[in-house]
Amino acid sequence: MDNEMTTTSGGCGAVAPAAEVTKSAASFRANLDVLETDDEFLVLADVPGSTSDQIDINFEDGTLSVCAGVKARRATGFKRLIQEYGVGEFVRSLRLGEGIDSAKISAELKDGVLTLRLPKAETAKPRTIKVQMAS
Amino acid sequence: MQAQRIDALFPTVGNAGTGLADDMDRLLDTVMGGLTGWSGLVANRPRVFPPINAWEDDGAVYIEAELPGLKTEDLEITLIGNELTISGQRPSGVAGGTGEVVEHRRERATGRFSRVVRLGPGVDPDRVSAALENGVLTITLPKTEAAKPRKIAVQAR
Repeated sequence: MDNEMTTTSGGCGAVAPAAEVTKSAASFRANLDVLETDDEFLVLADVPGSTSDQIDINFEDGTLSVCAGVKARRATGFKRLIQEYGVGEFVRSLRLGEGIDSAKISAELKDGVLTLRLPKAETAKPRTIKVQMAS
Repeated sequence: MQAQRIDALFPTVGNAGTGLADDMDRLLDTVMGGLTGWSGLVANRPRVFPPINAWEDDGAVYIEAELPGLKTEDLEITLIGNELTISGQRPSGVAGGTGEVVEHRRERATGRFSRVVRLGPGVDPDRVSAALENGVLTITLPKTEAAKPRKIAVQAR
């Protein structure tokens, strides 16, 4: 866990890692799966309750930042019986390093799971060099 | 082996204070159950799956669970007596692309899960409804007429 940022986000739209925080809304660390194949990185983030218009994704200097806003639910007029989780935006930043073709990053949201595909740049893909026999 | 590989591929970003922030997160998770997400800190999600919140008003009890990645067909909700059970199967993450897949993070829970919520008396079992939207399950359990609060008018004499 010490290889990623745990600093807070300044809210969706301000995902700069070292930004000063003045807001009071709740922020939660989204659980991630990060998989790597020869061609791409695949990042799956749990962001239950978020909709696509509330999600900000930023990729800059090899760092992926995701902020997924969540609308408040049942704010007033209810008596709380069980509370195991808080409702608020999900944030996460990951350093993926060089070699990502940032123009080809794609994102899809389905059933509260954000799937990001970060294709590797051609230069970063593993290459097999065939050795020709000299005749 | 895997952990070392992660470190090599995801070098530390930001300042050296991340260790402390991580400790604080863990502390919050332990003390607060990850509920508050205080200003200036990012809280972890609870480790139990699915985490459950519940409320009530005069007319009904509402149970909400975070079930990201689940479809209605993956989910089973049963009410036996006063025990409401939410169970199902959480699919494992997809493997994309070709060739060998390296797993850098596996934080999202997978596999079978089951949780039981014990309800108080006064819920009408015939009118229970459930909806799953954007990975959030909401179960509405209307109260029986007898269980609803009643205002008693005081007669002036």
